[in-house]
Amino acid sequence: MKIYGVGLLAVCFLIGHIFGDYLGKLFHLNGNLGGVGFAMLILVVGNDYFKQHKMIPHETEQGILFWSSMYIPVVVAMSASQNVKAALSGGWLVIIVGLIATSSCYLLIPLLNNYANKNKK
Amino acid sequence: MNDLIKILDKNGLIFAFFIVALIMYVSYFIGKKITNNKIPGAAIAISVGLMIAYFGGDKGLASIPAFSGIAILGGSMFRDFSIVSTALGASFSEIKKTGIIGLTSLVLGTVVAFFVGGFIAYLMGYHDAVSFSTIGAGACTFIVGPVTGSSLGASSSVIAISIAIGVIKSVFVTIITPFVAKKLQIDNPQTAMIFGGLVGSTSGVSAGLAATDPKLVPYGALTATFHTAMGCLICPSILYYIVLYFLPH
Repeated sequence: MKIYGVGLLAVCFLIGHIFGDYLGKLFHLNGNLGGVGFAMLILVVGNDYFKQHKMIPHETEQGILFWSSMYIPVVVAMSASQNVKAALSGGWLVIIVGLIATSSCYLLIPLLNNYANKNKK
Repeated sequence: MNDLIKILDKNGLIFAFFIVALIMYVSYFIGKKITNNKIPGAAIAISVGLMIAYFGGDKGLASIPAFSGIAILGGSMFRDFSIVSTALGASFSEIKKTGIIGLTSLVLGTVVAFFVGGFIAYLMGYHDAVSFSTIGAGACTFIVGPVTGSSLGASSSVIAISIAIGVIKSVFVTIITPFVAKKLQIDNPQTAMIFGGLVGSTSGVSAGLAATDPKLVPYGALTATFHTAMGCLICPSILYYIVLYFLPH
């Protein structure tokens, strides 16, 4: 049943969040340290393991796939609920810092990429 | 009319499904028929979302009564849930391959955004270490900014600026990524992970990659979520102490 997949996804999500929250408390920050990232890792590793042992029925997988197909619509809803007006009215400082700091990160992509490719060979 | 608004407000999430479906339909139609598939429908839909948000208030379109459900569908719960679900398409061996370089990209991306952002703020008149660090942290993501600012005791206006910078960053990344992806060779899992780690901004990275190539979303999103974690960890601590060394009270 599809709900089994959704349930599995929910468990991964919650474990990740609990772990992230625990890490946050450990470092005295009131935030969640990488909960989503941990949840994704759990799902990736779990999926890898169960796939190898052919333990995930097609229907269960469909339950998870439904949510990944909802991903872009959710992002569209997220964009539509951003405070775009405030971001633009924050003045030049906001725009300049945002654009320059982000662009400098982009410039590092080829650098790291080349380094990674060189290491592979 | 009032009755209609009441019904839509009460069933906000359901109405949001309809609104988003409508935006998607129109955007994919424009992408296919008008731009001849040159601009991905997802990119158009996300841009349309941002444009509509401009006409709303502090929650974008969701500030308008009847449209409040948009904030639920686009809120962190559904966003994180659907991001996690994309991990089903990622392969563990690809992630392992990126290992160390992924970690390097995380640290490098955080440090560069922090100091570039803080330095520009310094040039524009923010000479104290707390403002420098808060604004620099905002250049990481809009979560790192306020987390850093509140733990260092920054003023609320500086925290607001740091959030706004993070939002600009995510908007910028969303829009620009599909256009520069080819040039920066963001077309394989490894580069997508490096990209996510360097740029951070989970929403921007995942939206940008969704518009570039949906298969790359889980890889970029994975490192991007750790970018926020890394930022929350080192901005108010190590990086702040470094700034304090150069800008004593």
